Amino acid sequence: MNGALGTLTIVTSLLVAAWSGVTALRGRAPDRRLLAGLGVVELAVLALAIAALVAIAGGEGPGEPGTFWGYLVTLIFLPPLAAVLARMEPTRWGSVIVLVVCLVMPVLVVRLEQTWAVTHG
Amino acid sequence: MAEGSTADRTINRGPGRVLIALYLLFAIAATSRAGFQLITKYQEAPLAYLLSAFAAVIYIVATVGLARANLIGRRVALTACLIELVGVLGVGAASLTVPQAFPDDTVWSRFGEGYGYLPLVLPMIGLVWLRRAGKG
Repeated sequence: MNGALGTLTIVTSLLVAAWSGVTALRGRAPDRRLLAGLGVVELAVLALAIAALVAIAGGEGPGEPGTFWGYLVTLIFLPPLAAVLARMEPTRWGSVIVLVVCLVMPVLVVRLEQTWAVTHG
Repeated sequence: MAEGSTADRTINRGPGRVLIALYLLFAIAATSRAGFQLITKYQEAPLAYLLSAFAAVIYIVATVGLARANLIGRRVALTACLIELVGVLGVGAASLTVPQAFPDDTVWSRFGEGYGYLPLVLPMIGLVWLRRAGKG
């Protein structure tokens, strides 16, 4: 499991969370740049997923496969879900949706790394 | 005519949409987790995985109910939230008292610890929100 990519995902997600938090406090709807931020988070997640697939192809594997894949699929779906719902809700609550999702993402990445590490760490 | 009653419009707008996002999140998380566990190792902990699958269905039903937001939708969401609360309390308590029945975790194990206790808090928020919106 690539620790650097996991950290990158967590950091970008927290940055977008902070940004959407400020946007929500100012009573603004998420703008195009905030949605682009979600795009960057999604790219980080996809890189993480590809790294995991490469590691599995190389003979490694998650300690708890069922849970691991569950978390990974959820992570991949989350940024697009936040973007779609944020566009449906062009108020400050749209920014809150982005905030909530971007606060959940780091938790899921940490859990993802835990379910990978069971047999390796 | 396109306008619903006030309650219809408020339940799935604004803060309501944040709640829908959270339910959708859990619908995806529980469905993918249960799906992979049932496919890869059903025999290891059938009770845990079937409970995860049941939780997934409840989250999906609640999400649809909240999103539709008409009278039927609200009732469906209310029922789903109640089942969810009973489920998370029951499974949470059972996972602590008879851990041997749960060789692997479910979404609701130890009151949703693996998901930051959100599975415990979410139905409560849902019930409060449905009550408030229902009065409006």
